[in-house]
Amino acid sequence: MIKKFFTIITVLLFALMVLPLLRQIAPFEELAPVAAAYAEQGPDQLGAANLVTSVIVTYRGLDTLGEVTVLFIATAGVGFLLRRDEEDQLPGDGVPRETPREASELLGSGSMLLFPLLMLFGVYIFLHGHLTPGGGFQGGVVIASAMLLLMLARVSFHLNHLIISLVESLSGFFYVAIGVLGLILAAGFLDNRILPLGEFGTLLSAGAIPIIYSLVGLKVGTELTNVLGTMRLTRTQQEEDV
Amino acid sequence: MSIVIIGTFGAIMIAAAIFAIYSQNILSAIISAGVISLLASIIYILLAAPDVAMTEAAIGSGLTTVVFLLALRRIQVNQAEKEDGSAEEVIDD
Repeated sequence: MIKKFFTIITVLLFALMVLPLLRQIAPFEELAPVAAAYAEQGPDQLGAANLVTSVIVTYRGLDTLGEVTVLFIATAGVGFLLRRDEEDQLPGDGVPRETPREASELLGSGSMLLFPLLMLFGVYIFLHGHLTPGGGFQGGVVIASAMLLLMLARVSFHLNHLIISLVESLSGFFYVAIGVLGLILAAGFLDNRILPLGEFGTLLSAGAIPIIYSLVGLKVGTELTNVLGTMRLTRTQQEEDV
Repeated sequence: MSIVIIGTFGAIMIAAAIFAIYSQNILSAIISAGVISLLASIIYILLAAPDVAMTEAAIGSGLTTVVFLLALRRIQVNQAEKEDGSAEEVIDD
């Protein structure tokens, strides 16, 4: 009872603390100076039709690199922790375990139809990131969900970890390499003007943005596929896999 | 018009969040957490932020839900194995 009383007092004090902030909230009538500068100069400077992408990939490119790094560390953590789990397993404690059920006909046929479409859609999203909403992260997640569909539909499906880690490492490497190229050839790290800007609004425009977003898409897609693949297997299946 | 839709969805989101906390069934809690993200992504579209809406729909309501479900299954399998193991030890003694 007295514990609850203290909780309520704490919440009320916290509310009192943030109350003055509430009064200062006013709807934004105009863009902040930095945002206004991006909105005015963005299309001419970087040649990307989707302004959000030019901010994410170029103006705030370093932040995006940080986000990709965070995702990479999270993936590595999942892989590391779940591997440990498997090594701790006592060998040969012959407990019979149920084998996973085969997927239904509906899921099997549906996945055959949907998998290529989903893959194509994911690639479309990150290739057109500089023209339409979406980009590397969204496209990567769509690719990972296509792989998930395949894993759900086929019990015996195994990821090729060599290809996954190869694609993941190479795309990460080339992402940073393009950033360094921008430092040498253009105005700064991750500057997209190392390639000609091209015609505004076409697929081959906006300099290096489509390349960077494709690399981000591949990296995110393979990382998330790896997370799903690692988490899908129960310990028994992991042993059989090794 | 859009303010009404946003208000309705916001109310449903709060209700779903409270349900996710107080639900005894973890599966329903995970699903309702996914519903929150789905409604959030619709609100983002209404607020003219399609990029954020795509991210929220794909990651928040899709991938996160799947990862939670997979984690739930792993926990349940591990618990079942542990219970099996302890039962066997009792028999051995």
